[in-house]
Amino acid sequence: MLKQTEGSHAVAEAIALCRPQVICAYPITPQTHIVEGVGEMVKDGTLVNCEFINVESEFAAMSVAIGASAAGARTYTATSSQGLLFMAEAVYNAAGLGLPIVMTIGNRAIGAPINIWNDHSDSMSMRDAGWIQLFAVTNQEALDLHIQAFRLAEELSCPVMVCMDGFILTHAYDRVDIPDQADVDAYLPPFQPRQILDPADPVTIGALVGPEAFTEVRYLGHHKQLRALSLIPKLAAEFATRFGRDSGGLIREYRTEDAETIVVALGSVIGTVQDVVDELRESGERIGAVSICSFRPFPVAVLREALQAAKRVVVLEKCLAVGLGGIVSDGIRKSLSGIQLKGYTVIAGLGGRAITVSSLRQLFQNAIADELEQVTFLDLNAEVVSHELEREAQARRTGPTAEAILRRMGTVASQIG
Amino acid sequence: MIEPGRTMPNTMQEVKFYQTGTFTVGNRLLKENERAVQANMERTNSLNSGHRACQGCGEALGARYAIDAAMRATNNQLIAVNATGCLEVFSTPYPESSWQIPWIHSLFGNAAAVASGVAAALRVTGHTDTRVVAQGGDGGTTDIGFGCLSGMFERNDDVLYICYDNEAYMNTGVQRSSATPPTARTATTMAVGKEPGNVFGTGKNVPLIAMAHFIPYVATASVANLHDLEFKVTKAMSMHGARYIHIHVPCPLGWGSAPADTIKLARLAVETGLFPLFEAEDGEITGRTKIRRKAPVEDYLKLQKRFAHLFGSKPDEARLARIQANADRNIAKFGLLD
Amino acid sequence: MFQVRIHGRGGQGVVSGAEMLSVAAFLEGRYAQAFPSFGSERMGAPVMAFCRIDVREIRLREPVMAPDALIIQDPTLLHQVDLFNGLPKSGFILLNSTRSFSELGLEAFIAGFRPERLCTLPATEIALKHVGRPVPNVPLLAAFAAITGQIRQESVIKAIREKFPSAVAEKNVAAAAEAFAFASKRPETAHA
Repeated sequence: MLKQTEGSHAVAEAIALCRPQVICAYPITPQTHIVEGVGEMVKDGTLVNCEFINVESEFAAMSVAIGASAAGARTYTATSSQGLLFMAEAVYNAAGLGLPIVMTIGNRAIGAPINIWNDHSDSMSMRDAGWIQLFAVTNQEALDLHIQAFRLAEELSCPVMVCMDGFILTHAYDRVDIPDQADVDAYLPPFQPRQILDPADPVTIGALVGPEAFTEVRYLGHHKQLRALSLIPKLAAEFATRFGRDSGGLIREYRTEDAETIVVALGSVIGTVQDVVDELRESGERIGAVSICSFRPFPVAVLREALQAAKRVVVLEKCLAVGLGGIVSDGIRKSLSGIQLKGYTVIAGLGGRAITVSSLRQLFQNAIADELEQVTFLDLNAEVVSHELEREAQARRTGPTAEAILRRMGTVASQIG
Repeated sequence: MIEPGRTMPNTMQEVKFYQTGTFTVGNRLLKENERAVQANMERTNSLNSGHRACQGCGEALGARYAIDAAMRATNNQLIAVNATGCLEVFSTPYPESSWQIPWIHSLFGNAAAVASGVAAALRVTGHTDTRVVAQGGDGGTTDIGFGCLSGMFERNDDVLYICYDNEAYMNTGVQRSSATPPTARTATTMAVGKEPGNVFGTGKNVPLIAMAHFIPYVATASVANLHDLEFKVTKAMSMHGARYIHIHVPCPLGWGSAPADTIKLARLAVETGLFPLFEAEDGEITGRTKIRRKAPVEDYLKLQKRFAHLFGSKPDEARLARIQANADRNIAKFGLLD
Repeated sequence: MFQVRIHGRGGQGVVSGAEMLSVAAFLEGRYAQAFPSFGSERMGAPVMAFCRIDVREIRLREPVMAPDALIIQDPTLLHQVDLFNGLPKSGFILLNSTRSFSELGLEAFIAGFRPERLCTLPATEIALKHVGRPVPNVPLLAAFAAITGQIRQESVIKAIREKFPSAVAEKNVAAAAEAFAFASKRPETAHA
């Protein structure tokens, strides 16, 4: 059914359609509306056979999820940013134990400095924990990915994180098509655990594993993600057949067939990128875009195929490997191992800074002219940066950096872009 | 705590044993249904032999007593959640497990939360007869697990949480926890300097904190008093909601005591008043086990090398007096002497 | 694509206004995207919300840099925030005030604009009269429909009824009706 609704609400409805049995969450901007939405549905009886637990921290949220999943319940939680870090130990634990928990990440920057707006640093911090990570471009895809996520998680016995841009998607009203319960039930059968805490058949979950066997357990986790490389497209194809639209998969290509320049990105920014691609195509540039949906497992082979014929690749990242540069770029470079082409990393949108058509237009034109640095910080305010560096060179007691910069830049409210 | 003049009932346990000399528990004198679970050849032995606990480990004893009692009380429909710590490590050395029951180890600070999750799943999948017990040491309960514990209490989740208190982080090499008693030597409160051993802090009484959450049942127990421990576990499993039992378990390695002295030390802790045995429901104390023959704290402390620096050629009279004062305060507060 | 930027302060229903506008467009079968640009939720702080309307799917995710229409819910922002950034001379301006553009010191500014695309209206007063709360978003939305023709009055009414429980909805519908009638009285002369 078509609806005009907030992204969080659309996701809440999708979760409800998946017949979750235990939901636990702790509030953090910007995911709160999702959990509030599901919580309301449980409380007013719309969502039945579901335990909704208000936990006392994100660490508790993932812990409750672990217990519930291990005892055979389809389990869901959501968090962002600081909350994801607070549950980090349990995030690794869930993957190590092979529990098919589904979690939404309302992508938000990690502090310090504290920042509530969107970037991908939170999901990136957990990229090697063993969870599958899927990134949504639109709210429709966000809701669709949750349905695919439960199926994927349960088939593989591997937890899945569905990542959607905080505020940009979570708090945006968009047109979405909410699927029918019957279709979701046909796509997503009841949960059949691979392991379960059951007095009738006792097992020990979470035993200590020494050097003799740890590598093998880890390898099996890696192997699981490699299998996901074929399972993800398969489930996406099945989804397309049943629900009538493309959602998910490993990557999506846009006007890449004869492209000399290809822009790669994750999440909602791809929409803006596509608009700029169209504009530049109008003026004769051979440019295209690739959005990565499955960041873990990282789709090395299909990316190689999509990018290998281009002259240059621009990786637009909403995250930063401090002291190195790009995170997504590293994976791209690996995909292109042995292939000679120009690769540019662009760090953009950190802490919610808007990525505008005009900035991207200029950026892509510079890339096409090969007038870009290896690593570019899009729209960096060089004046503010150099002033701060100068200040620090002059004196020792320069005070907190963030405060100094904010004072220099004046009121935030007066700026629009 | 207890108003003067108001008589409190003793703990409602029917039978008490008093032992002198030998450690034989006289089950032969009791009717079958009054005997301890441990006396029964058909006991579940949920924590089976072959685990790697130290000789004389109080925690292994406490866990076996408690879980077997819980299994009998629940007709063997029990799932256990275990925090990281000695019990978890020695009971599941890859590739073996001593546990005869469904058991999950999650992390250090979240046994209470994981248990809450298990309980929720059991509810929603219709397994209403299967019960949940969470286990942790003092480190995993009073320190790193404190937040999750309080959360579980506040939500009144249907979990019995058992803390095995050996008064330090033993598994990692005997470091001080918030349960470590004053003056005790640990690796992070060495017996050197002007104030050797742990300092005199304000203490953190988790059973009292549990009572402040007004949960259905709180009790303290000791491996020296098997019947009392089994009674309390059984009673706890007859209730639903959040329940907490704090069991005092001597650790020969960490305490520097003889492995053969474990039960003796546990008894002395109770008889000195340093470890009061009591029960509470909904935030009010409902019973306590009186001290039969009060012992001075020295009798307890001098058997443990972790207190050795209090004795010797120049005993630390001042600090011994403070420890005695703590014991006496407990006795008064909980009405442990007639 | 038609782009709208709404300025106001926290608590004035800026975000709900954008959402209702998107619902109205959706009800007419078009695509619409509404989203806020805001920080910590705090009453009184300047906030912005955006709405894009198009006949095809909207992929763009930047804030509205070049609005076709500007809705200003709080005139005290006029000399504090760069409200008119990116607005072309062909743009629509709806301003919540009992005063005219010239009384607000904007006579010179609006000189090059098309007079029938400018409208000040006492939206807060209309809201207070019908709904009893000084939340001007609904009257402004109705006036937007009137002067831009981007959405029909019926769609605004349906969006109101979807959002509010029935008693409150009808009060808002009444407020919308008065605002729509007010704004429909054309043209707004620049030097009124």
